[in-house]
Amino acid sequence: MKIRKKLVLFIAILAAILFCVLLSLAWGSRSIPFAEIIDILTGKGGDSFNVDVVRTRIPRTIFGILAGAALGVSGALMQSITRNPIADPSILGVNTGASLFVVCGIAFFNINLPQQYIWFALVGGSLTSAFVYAVASIGGEGATPLKLALSGAAVSMAFGSLVSTVMLPKSNVMDDFRFWQVGSIGGAGWDDIKIIVPYLLFGFVIAICLVPSLNSLALGDEMATSLGVNTKLTRGLGALAGVLLCGATTALAGPIGFVGLMIPHFMRSLFGPDLKYIMPMSAFGGACLLVISDVMGRLAGSPGELEVGIVTAFLGAPVFIMVARKAKVKSL
Amino acid sequence: MMSNKNAFIWEGYQKRRRRVAVITTVLIILIALCAVVMMTFGNTVYSLDTVFRVLKGEEIKGATFTIKTLRLPRLLVGLLSGLAFGVAGNTFQTLLRNDLASPDIIGVTSGSSAAAVFCILILHMSGTAVSVISLLAGLLVAGVIYFLSFGKGFSKGRLILIGIGAQAMLNAVTSFVLLKGSEYDVPTALRWMNGSLNGVKLDRVPGLLVTVVTMTIAIVMLGRYLQILQLGDDSAITLGVKVQVAYIGLIFASVFLIAFATSVSGPIASVAFLSGPIASRLIGKGRVNTLPAGLVGALLVLASDLIGQFALGTRYPVGVITGILGAPYMLFLLVRMNKKGESVS
Repeated sequence: MKIRKKLVLFIAILAAILFCVLLSLAWGSRSIPFAEIIDILTGKGGDSFNVDVVRTRIPRTIFGILAGAALGVSGALMQSITRNPIADPSILGVNTGASLFVVCGIAFFNINLPQQYIWFALVGGSLTSAFVYAVASIGGEGATPLKLALSGAAVSMAFGSLVSTVMLPKSNVMDDFRFWQVGSIGGAGWDDIKIIVPYLLFGFVIAICLVPSLNSLALGDEMATSLGVNTKLTRGLGALAGVLLCGATTALAGPIGFVGLMIPHFMRSLFGPDLKYIMPMSAFGGACLLVISDVMGRLAGSPGELEVGIVTAFLGAPVFIMVARKAKVKSL
Repeated sequence: MMSNKNAFIWEGYQKRRRRVAVITTVLIILIALCAVVMMTFGNTVYSLDTVFRVLKGEEIKGATFTIKTLRLPRLLVGLLSGLAFGVAGNTFQTLLRNDLASPDIIGVTSGSSAAAVFCILILHMSGTAVSVISLLAGLLVAGVIYFLSFGKGFSKGRLILIGIGAQAMLNAVTSFVLLKGSEYDVPTALRWMNGSLNGVKLDRVPGLLVTVVTMTIAIVMLGRYLQILQLGDDSAITLGVKVQVAYIGLIFASVFLIAFATSVSGPIASVAFLSGPIASRLIGKGRVNTLPAGLVGALLVLASDLIGQFALGTRYPVGVITGILGAPYMLFLLVRMNKKGESVS
């Protein structure tokens, strides 16, 4: 019975993704009827202008699916390795750290290849998250949700200012790269997808392999150790995968917050605490959320476009507040 | 014996009073220095004599425009906004007995800013009406955060956490409005996200001046309650303070200050957060430091604006500079708090 319920939910989420993809192809500053999209996709042709519009929307949508999945899994990983309900790449500073390093790389080292962006972003993301976590763990009670949120907010604030400082003198560069302040998937093309896929695959594989160990970790460090889990190794690999997923996404799309916070919580409420379900479902859910947020950004911002990072912040902040209200405040 | 003890206490009291007087004077002198530099320096350097002649009403070609239209409003708005942010931030921090509970961290300033930018870019309003609406927005945000932080009992930790969430959401609203107003050019965006003194007009000064003076007086007058509230709510109730009334009055006055300053200069980052702690570091704990905090705020804004304008090659708006100043202090505060094992709530 329970399995059947999960199966139904799973199918519902897949259907939701499919629906979001259709919307993403159809809606925007020029809207195209669904019937025509299906004609175009099956190669039956259609209005030649519409064909072009749909063609440019395809890579963007695929990139959105990949990025959303990466952010969702990254959030699930971070929440389980820190055992902290509000851990999320954007709260741990991974996003802004990655952004800052890429922007500095462009400004001072003249990097201009996506591969280079990714490596700068990965270094920046890992250093920043380690730093934020270290600051939050000083003191007796370890990294409580509040301490983590505050040190993340402080670092994001500092790095946000630094990104502006680095970019402001180069206002010609600024126009092209505004998305390093607020994430956007608007400019994504097939090349970006090809570049990002290996990194994401690597991250997803690590995440799935870690599921049993992470499940034990949820019982507490001592219990996990007695069950034969190497807690340090698990945490290290989990952090690596989390940063890999989120850093690679940020390198090409800029900082997109709150996806990694919202989705795992939502999936936990649907599927229970077992990461065997939460991890893959966070990928699907994240994909769904990011694609639909992108569509909302296009509609809300029309005739221009609202960056997807703004939409996810707007949707995610109330969830953050809800989680904060429920979190054990004694430990805050 | 007794009189000896009294004399000792009296001496300490006098010593602290002298310290406050000295520090206040030093702060005022530093602000005056910044003001002089701001009025004389720029693309063209004018002598002090010229500046005074222009201010007295003499027409000097070039100088009159530069000084009266460009430099004077910048100076006055910087001064008044700095005072407003400093006083308001300090009041919040004292009331909630936590340096992190500053209006620019818990979203109150962002609320005012979002409302102001909406009124200006979408509704094409201007002047005092904008300030009033951003006041209402600030009060609303403060109220909502406060009520949301009641779970099983009120907790400051939760209030701060919820405030951070509210901040993120309101910043998203501001970005949205900036885009919709098709004004997403870099200067406008920075003004409403970080705060800037570029292009402020003289006609906004009188309203700001009246607000800053009246609300600061109100906060100073309520200040004796503030001093008692520092001891904790229970002690304050025992000592006969009507805690609720004092709270509401002080919060209202602070949000008033923030809203008016924000609607003119934008939410100048971190000034509200930094001023109070710096002031209390300077004059010692246990005193209400409303005025020194205001002066520190004004000094921070003016000095940062000078740095932003002249020290770095590119002209940065003041908020970018103060934003960078604020973050290390926040980290320092966290590290210190964590080391001491103080719980943040």
